[in-house]
Amino acid sequence: MLRYIYADDLKAHAKLAHAMFVDRADQFQTRLGWDVQVDDNGEERDQYDALNPLYVIWEMPDGSHGGSMRFLPTTGPVMVNDVFPELTSGNPISSPLIWECTRFCLSREASGSVAGALTLAGLEIMRNLAIPHFAGVFDRRMVRIYRSLGFSPEIISSMGTGRDRISLGLWEYNVQAYHRVAQRAEVSPQLSQRWFDLSFGSTVSPLSLRRAG
Amino acid sequence: MATNTELDKILEALDATTALPGLQAIIDRICSVFAIDHAMYHWVDSAGDHYYFGTYSPEWTQLYQEKNYTRIDPVVTGCYQRFHPVDWRRLDWSPKPVREFFKDAMEHGVGNQGYSIPIRGPNGQFALFSVSHHSDGAHWDKFTEQHSRDLILIGHFLNRKALEFEPDRAPEKAQPLSPRELDALTLLGIGYSRAQVAQTLSISEHTLRVYIESARFKLGALNTTHAIARAVSCGMVII
Repeated sequence: MLRYIYADDLKAHAKLAHAMFVDRADQFQTRLGWDVQVDDNGEERDQYDALNPLYVIWEMPDGSHGGSMRFLPTTGPVMVNDVFPELTSGNPISSPLIWECTRFCLSREASGSVAGALTLAGLEIMRNLAIPHFAGVFDRRMVRIYRSLGFSPEIISSMGTGRDRISLGLWEYNVQAYHRVAQRAEVSPQLSQRWFDLSFGSTVSPLSLRRAG
Repeated sequence: MATNTELDKILEALDATTALPGLQAIIDRICSVFAIDHAMYHWVDSAGDHYYFGTYSPEWTQLYQEKNYTRIDPVVTGCYQRFHPVDWRRLDWSPKPVREFFKDAMEHGVGNQGYSIPIRGPNGQFALFSVSHHSDGAHWDKFTEQHSRDLILIGHFLNRKALEFEPDRAPEKAQPLSPRELDALTLLGIGYSRAQVAQTLSISEHTLRVYIESARFKLGALNTTHAIARAVSCGMVII
């Protein structure tokens, strides 16, 4: 299932959180060879994890980590502005209506549908929380993956060549993408909404009922 | 119903505000333009100091302080250190002290519906902008669907203004428009279409959209037309 958890609530999901940071070390350091910090517990963390970001985590049936990603609003410090100024030509992206998505990670044990479920979670955030845009930096191999998942970004700019080529993309919400991604991920919109409501609360039951309950 | 012209007027008034108490008048206008019962702006800084501008009755404001309701109010606990907008229906109103708080709030005229925008400012500053209204769920669904983006932006603009009035505040780096943003607004201002602007600047329309979005937020504007007007009136863009 999908869980939406702010960093300061990860302590209630200690095992899941540990597995996420370990899988991030595995993906970004071991498999992709990025220059990331891995601590004594084998966890990969950076300074943005200390800013109370929102994580979306795919929890596998046995309670372990299947995949995850991280969101922060571009009104505060974000990687695209701090680390990749070349990609914005020195114009920092800053708006409460644009969130940055980083550390898109899949566990080695994850089934093929986890990436699709995470993409659906991104659309669920956009739909429910009135966030029309996400920004993100990604490498070339992701372009095809986003397309196959059914939700491609508009490429704003790119730098580097060949395998080192990275791009800044902007995703914009649209309802067709929501249904397309749900179908490809084989998660019904109803179930996806239910997972979202389990984390964020539901707008369906009126206050008066809840007051009585 | 909030029209663009009315919203623009609120933002112009906000821009012209020169002292903290002026925010009260802005809050009052927000209520009338959005046709809602209440709006409030609540500031919490890293020293734990609070202040508040809003339309709740003095009795409710006083009672809220006396009973130290910030500890119980699920809007405060559910928004603190968050950054997503919160529909009050999503909060947990089930614990007994919260139910009693809710009853008390209702008796003092707080709306049964509400929508809050948490705002993370610099150096641990935190603010909350909320609107509240008496209405049923279907009406509130429609209201939030129609207005949430404007409310998110207004909340951030209010907070930016409030930060200007901080006495010991370290001067913020001013956010001037970048040359590209200036070019884009200037060309739009003289009547170019987005496609023509993109072509003239040799950028894609997608890139142009990012420039406009970012310029709009820097200028405290809700839409492109307003952003152009603001840039012209500040002398940043000359048409």
